[in-house]
Amino acid sequence: MASMHCDIVSAENEIFSGEVVMVSLRGTIGELGIRPGHAPLLTGVQPGAVELTFEDGETELFFASGGFLEVQPGVVTVLADTVQRAEDIDEAAAEEARQAAERQLADQAAEFDFGLAASQLAAATAQLRTVEELRKRRR
Amino acid sequence: MAVGKEIKLKIKSVENMQKVTSAMQMVATSKMRRSQDRMREGRPYSDRIRQVIGHLANANPEYRHIYMQEREVQRVGYIVVSSDKGQCGGLNSNLFRALVRDMQAWNDKGVGAQLGLIGNKAAGFFRSVGGDVRSVLAPVGEKPVVSELIGGIKIMLDAFENGEVDKVYIASNDFVNTMTQQPVIKQLLPLDPEDNDSYAHRWDYIYEPDARQLIEGLVARFVESQVYQAVVENGACEQAARMVAMKNATENAEKVKEELTLIYNNARQAAITQEIAEIVGGAAAV
Repeated sequence: MASMHCDIVSAENEIFSGEVVMVSLRGTIGELGIRPGHAPLLTGVQPGAVELTFEDGETELFFASGGFLEVQPGVVTVLADTVQRAEDIDEAAAEEARQAAERQLADQAAEFDFGLAASQLAAATAQLRTVEELRKRRR
Repeated sequence: MAVGKEIKLKIKSVENMQKVTSAMQMVATSKMRRSQDRMREGRPYSDRIRQVIGHLANANPEYRHIYMQEREVQRVGYIVVSSDKGQCGGLNSNLFRALVRDMQAWNDKGVGAQLGLIGNKAAGFFRSVGGDVRSVLAPVGEKPVVSELIGGIKIMLDAFENGEVDKVYIASNDFVNTMTQQPVIKQLLPLDPEDNDSYAHRWDYIYEPDARQLIEGLVARFVESQVYQAVVENGACEQAARMVAMKNATENAEKVKEELTLIYNNARQAAITQEIAEIVGGAAAV
């Protein structure tokens, strides 16, 4: 039986990589069963099970909480999300980061001071260089 | 014996310090291994998603998403990835120096900068020197997860979409090897999908439901994965840099200890010699 390569990856790790004969999962607009030779396809993945069928008839199940599916001739790639994603959740996270920035802005000088930055960094560098020098001299 | 008591105390305190630095070194060593694993595990995803976006740009060349369009630069955005803690040599200050140099270059051309900060050290640095900070994610912790980074990234993506910034850079440390970490400033947006693809123009995808929606989602995920990758890589850099810094500190403490011991022995010997001389002198006088 013909087989194809399948990769399931998420941003935080590689979940599966190997030869399979069929991939079934829920796409944005319905259930999908991908067999070798499927036309190139790009679609979203709905939260749910991703079932892989191997050449020996064994199956394996993975859970994807969303993401994308890419089908290329001979290669199927599932780009899985590790977290539940929704616009409002993203918005809430953005709001939190924004508020943190506002708190920060409240107790800092608003205008970026290149001179101050340069002098601070120069001090840090000088410290490091001194340590380096001391080390050399000790030897 | 009264002589050398201060020196003895000093030796003791150096010894204690050495214990601390060598413990920190060991902790950093074991954490480094884990953070390097994390760095490796994330790579397949960012490679894959980059490929998909490359395919997409080639397969569907008439559609250019806003993230792929070059604009005239009026403002730039930086996502600055730093560590939470110090004690890691020049890791953060090298990064900030590279960043400030870059900002200065844009500033000379009349281009302002917006900042998205990740990590306590970046937050602290810009608190003291100022700057147009739009988002802060601190602390990042040792096990960064994508979900925690989304907020800060979204602010930058929105700013890019709204035309507030025309380029987005990410400033972080590149893990070369345990001894070397390189501060880099990479362009994140607009995207530049590589064109040397053998699939080019021979086919198109079937899109379900439609190309625009998919590409939007994919590009956002791509940017997230790039930032996540930068954060875990910076984490690996931090542990490696700390390990080296603490190793140096432990060695230095050893040397200081040796020197102090020498001084102590000298002083003790001098005291003994003097005592003997006094006794002999006293006996001779009698």
